[in-house]
Amino acid sequence: MSDFIIKAENLKKSFNGEYVVKGINLQVPFGGCFGLLGPNGAGKTTTLRMILGQSPVTDGNLEVLGLNVPTHARQIRRDIGIVPQLDNLDSDFTVAENMKVYAGYFNLKGPALQHRILELLNFVELSDKADVRINQLSGGMRRRLSIARALVNEPSLLVLDEPTTGLDPQVRHLIWGRLRELKQSGTTLLLTTHFMEEAERLCDDIVIMDHGVILSQGHPKQLIKQHVEPEVVEIHGEMDALPGILTEKDIYRVEIVGETIYYFTDTPGEIIRRVEDKPNVHYLHRPANLEDVFLRLTGRELRES
Amino acid sequence: MIDWTLPKMRPAMFLVWHRNLMVWRKLLIPSLLFNFGEPFLYLLGLGLGLGRFVGELGGLPYLTFLASGLIASSSMNTATFEGLFSVYTRMVPQQTYEGMLATPLEVDDIVAGEMLWCATKGLFSSSAILLVAFLLGAISHWQALLCIPLFFLTGLCFAGPAIMVASFSRSYDFFNYYITLVLTPMFIFCGVFYPVATLPDFAQSIVRLLPLSHSIAVIRPLATGQELTQVMVHIGVLLGFALVSFYCAVVLVRRRLIQ
Repeated sequence: MSDFIIKAENLKKSFNGEYVVKGINLQVPFGGCFGLLGPNGAGKTTTLRMILGQSPVTDGNLEVLGLNVPTHARQIRRDIGIVPQLDNLDSDFTVAENMKVYAGYFNLKGPALQHRILELLNFVELSDKADVRINQLSGGMRRRLSIARALVNEPSLLVLDEPTTGLDPQVRHLIWGRLRELKQSGTTLLLTTHFMEEAERLCDDIVIMDHGVILSQGHPKQLIKQHVEPEVVEIHGEMDALPGILTEKDIYRVEIVGETIYYFTDTPGEIIRRVEDKPNVHYLHRPANLEDVFLRLTGRELRES
Repeated sequence: MIDWTLPKMRPAMFLVWHRNLMVWRKLLIPSLLFNFGEPFLYLLGLGLGLGRFVGELGGLPYLTFLASGLIASSSMNTATFEGLFSVYTRMVPQQTYEGMLATPLEVDDIVAGEMLWCATKGLFSSSAILLVAFLLGAISHWQALLCIPLFFLTGLCFAGPAIMVASFSRSYDFFNYYITLVLTPMFIFCGVFYPVATLPDFAQSIVRLLPLSHSIAVIRPLATGQELTQVMVHIGVLLGFALVSFYCAVVLVRRRLIQ
């Protein structure tokens, strides 16, 4: 058995001759939460689909749980839980029936299953909705049910494709809490997101991808340290009131985006001193975060896919 | 890239079949009303109403002739509609298959399970007509019960092509082509309402290639106690359609879902 739950070597995927994953190497350790980050079209979802055996590998070597994909894809999926980007709950059934039917696909049944279903619905706080039909659930409830459903086979790897996109902060925090509990209980989490706060909170290790290649990998804090200065001052307002500041690029790294100027620096004191008493200038002083790293690496142009 | 690998038949297909059975059971009352109500109206309206003018056809009272054709075509229609509309719904808007493919199930299991289910529904609806025809006195031979496995085979034979059509459709509207150009002509020309022998020769030779003709060619004599001829040929054609369309449906659904 290898040390990694997922190991990809020079993994490639092409659609009609066009490569969307261009030879990536991935080593996801057992335990903990691994984040796969990137803008739309980066190749995240394609990579996930290959890992799950839902998309044929064009080239390279891919092993999950020590087994080759796609040769053993069926066997591998027995031990994986998947929370898809778009909920695909079975709308012909109630909440509890969804759990039961899905468990049936893993050949799980009997009183032990019944017990596990109650336990999982409790875990995602849906116990009182057991007999409710899917179309009567809110978006947050559906996502929680998707998570419970993905856990029904007690997977050692839980794959989550943008698990909190479109959810309100209450649900998001509930889900984050539950994912942390899972992590503590030894389940490996593989997460894709373009929600940097989520990645920063949950992930122990992150890969940032774009255009089918890996741009950087590491712990969130380490990535921030490696790619951006520790502090950021954002300024917007009447720029005429700020003579001189723009020219000092040797001291600060400056980025201008639309109406806003970003200063990345170790010593923000001087900038703040100059802007804090200007009446029509607004500023925000904050520590650098993963979003800064992400934008630095993947650029600011819009992704319309 | 198209995966032409021969499909594997695994017990997992019964999980897909069972899922559909569970949904069907929830809608039991409206389904049964449809299964019994429709044939009842057909047999009463056409069989008795038209029968008065027609008298006998192919050596049978018209009601009996019609009933022994409808039990075959009903399985065709039911399996086709399930294979088009329900399969498309589960494949595209509901993403049910996407969910299944996150488990140990594979496309082979899904298509095999769906075909079994379409055929099961065909069997239900044809059996319902058989029962109504029995109650109306149109069919009374005991060996009509032997038709039941043939209802299932007829369903399989039409489930495959329907799933193939669903697998490359972009919307429900596309099904109109298949229904108007393929399904309805078979319903009208393959001998449900009148004997194929009454058609012009060239039309007969085309119609005799169509699977519904073969289905009716076994089911009608069996249900009415007439002499059976070339049973193995008819069953062989139905089996052939079922197997070849199963293979094609698996390849096409793979192409749609496994990219």
